[in-house]
Amino acid sequence: MTETQNQAAPSALNETAAVRLRRSRFERIRILLSRAPLTAWFGMIVVSLYAIAAVFAPLLAPYGEAEIFAKADDIWSSKHWLGTDQIGRDVLTRLVYGARNTVGIALGTTTLSFLIGGGLGLIAAIDRGWIDQIFSRGIDVLMAIPSLIFALMLLAIFDSSIIGLILIIGVLDATRVFRLTRSVSLNIVVMDYVEAARLRGENMGWIMTREILPNILPPLIAEFGLRFIFVFLTIAALSFLGMGVQPPTADWGSMVRENAKWITYVPYFPFPDAMYYALKPLLPAGCIALLTIAVNFIVDWFLHETSGLRDV
Amino acid sequence: MSEAPNQSSLLLDMKNISIEGFSDERWHPIINNVDLTLHRGEVLGLIGESGAGKSTLGKAAMGYTQPGCRFTGGDVLFDGLELSRMNVRDLRSIWGTRISYVAQSAAASFNPAHRLLDQTIRASKRLGERSEQVLKNDAIDLFRRLNLPEPETIGNRYPHQVSGGQLQRVMTAMAMSPRPDLIIFDEPTTALDVTTQVEVLSSIRDLVAQFNTAAIYITHDLAVVAQMADRIKVLRFGEEVEQAETRTMLSAPEEDYTKSLWSVRSLEKPEQAGDDVLLSIANIDAAYGSSKVLHDVSINLPRGRTVAVVGESGSGKSTTARVITGLLPQLSGSVTFEGEQLPPKLRDRSKDQLRRIQMIYQMADTAMNPRQTVGDIIGRPLEFYLGLRGRDQERRVIELLEMIELDASFYDRLPDELSGGQKQRICIARALAAKPDIIICDEVTSALDQIVQEGILNLLQRLQDEFGIAYLFITHDIATVRAISDEIVVMWQGKVVEQGMKNEILSPPHPDYSELLLSSVPEMDPDWLDTLLAQRAAEGSKTIKAQD
Repeated sequence: MTETQNQAAPSALNETAAVRLRRSRFERIRILLSRAPLTAWFGMIVVSLYAIAAVFAPLLAPYGEAEIFAKADDIWSSKHWLGTDQIGRDVLTRLVYGARNTVGIALGTTTLSFLIGGGLGLIAAIDRGWIDQIFSRGIDVLMAIPSLIFALMLLAIFDSSIIGLILIIGVLDATRVFRLTRSVSLNIVVMDYVEAARLRGENMGWIMTREILPNILPPLIAEFGLRFIFVFLTIAALSFLGMGVQPPTADWGSMVRENAKWITYVPYFPFPDAMYYALKPLLPAGCIALLTIAVNFIVDWFLHETSGLRDV
Repeated sequence: MSEAPNQSSLLLDMKNISIEGFSDERWHPIINNVDLTLHRGEVLGLIGESGAGKSTLGKAAMGYTQPGCRFTGGDVLFDGLELSRMNVRDLRSIWGTRISYVAQSAAASFNPAHRLLDQTIRASKRLGERSEQVLKNDAIDLFRRLNLPEPETIGNRYPHQVSGGQLQRVMTAMAMSPRPDLIIFDEPTTALDVTTQVEVLSSIRDLVAQFNTAAIYITHDLAVVAQMADRIKVLRFGEEVEQAETRTMLSAPEEDYTKSLWSVRSLEKPEQAGDDVLLSIANIDAAYGSSKVLHDVSINLPRGRTVAVVGESGSGKSTTARVITGLLPQLSGSVTFEGEQLPPKLRDRSKDQLRRIQMIYQMADTAMNPRQTVGDIIGRPLEFYLGLRGRDQERRVIELLEMIELDASFYDRLPDELSGGQKQRICIARALAAKPDIIICDEVTSALDQIVQEGILNLLQRLQDEFGIAYLFITHDIATVRAISDEIVVMWQGKVVEQGMKNEILSPPHPDYSELLLSSVPEMDPDWLDTLLAQRAAEGSKTIKAQD
């Protein structure tokens, strides 16, 4: 009896567990991409084009950002592919620079709101005491005020410099990031490994960045994509109202506003010119819409991949 | 099967079942060519380690595979119907009515927003054969037969208003309500305390016998299956190891693997008294908010010895551990470590005090950060307490891995690439890395299969012999206590009921509570449950109370 027992003696080494294949990061990304749906590909291509336009704006744009030509409100020509605006600046150039400015500001603002909201949300979740109460109630108060109106008010009090714009929208937007971070972190904070880290004597910084953050990253990244879009739209809206990006900096929201009047004149122009005047405000608006849709496609795909909501 | 029941009573006939699961971009076999037959009124026990495919096979008997799994071969013939290739709509007319399923976690299987009675009769109502009132009366009758308290009114409660054991019995009533031909029990008592388990087991067994229902009983607890099943089938790695009638299987298993399963429960260590008290807690009172959970608890832990703290859930075992570690500062009383009082609050304790008391948790899954590799997990205390970095740290991690009978190949694995036993070993290594004097083990083996439990217990014993670590071993499992402890503390409702050396506590006479607890631990004897119930009925005074 004893010999047979020894033969069959189990060993921890041989216990079965599903060990993943050791794949390089490149391989894993390749597998992920090979499964990406068409919409995700569309989103990725559009976003990369925008990124290229933003980064290489000075090289791509035919003229300088604020370079003024003799003829204002010119229609399409070989010299100005998309014509000139009301004071004679090249529209194509303004669109390319607009990508850089609008997207850049939106990216900076979103990053700031995630630093503030994410940081405070993590602290609140770990503390769960009076710090949590103070943060949460304060955030509730901020969220009770309609954010666009609040932003307009603050921009009127301070000035609408680019830094001011980033700070104000960043702080206002951090409220939503705070709520998300806090609620997803609460699920992680109760895990035994967080308690184990606490028992080890680890400080708050370690618990925040090493124990919790890696586990809440997927929803945060998805939220980053969505918040980016909302910030982007807010900035465009503020610029449209004249309180956002100030001239001569090129910006899509301002371009829509400056050209909005042309829509009303469209019926009075003959056919080919009518098209041109209709497109004048629609081009920057289309740029905004296209980016919004593209980022949403990517976020949808990402959420689908990380949430486990997969088709069988 | 010496009696050879006639062919007409054959209810379920599964032939050459093969099932694959999809993970990591590939299809892996989960079940390989397993046959299973079941006659009306027969109870088949399916046992095996986790990952052996017993749940998958159990569900396959319903013609169901989990998302991400598929049938790759074989037939499931249920009363003349071929289930494995049937479409879902037709299957639904069978599920819940002709075949029902009792899940491990009743709490997770009930809809918290509906009353128990309505949920109990849902499937039968769908059949439309009997009126709602008839069904309700029938359900109340089932509640009564299952020994539920207040059978007339308990159905009006919501799931959160009854205890876990009661909920498990309501779920059995729900499965029984349409009078199915087959019930699949998937570890129905694993999450219950031993004292509750006895009641649930006996009521399930009676009911199955009364209605001549066939059942597949899936469990990893051999002692439980010995009480329930007529026939036992052992699975391993998705293949059948052997099957036989329960008594034959228990007395004369043929395969080595089965024998090794059977021998696990015999583990026992001689007790040793220890006089050098390392940690002592005295007159501890503690509370969560305004509800007091510990009353005047005093425990001594000698150096290099194991003190087991036993009791049901809610008895204050884990709270005691939280007081010792400083997570829950006590209201009064003291925690003394090596003659020095420990500050009640965690943040007031020094790094060295923290280092010397380590903790291992019940659920190794949640005790390890899923985003950290084994190397990070074990390496962190080395860096944090001992300042080991780089090559030194890596070398020490590998040493520790070898100490827990794993090897360097585990260094860059993530927790979800480990089996349950391996995970718990990594947690032990993490505690060991700090070179502690005391390790608090909170139900460290109760989530594991028995064969894996044995390995973990042996490992802990070896580490104690080698390094003289003292264990405070919290458990509700008496077999584990027998295997590892020197001293025993019995807790009940936040108080220490009994305390002393192992043999003294485990041998009669016991206080009433200890008696109830000790006698409820299933044994590997198919007559154990009958004997126990007869005994309790005879004594009368110790009727089982179905209350928490």
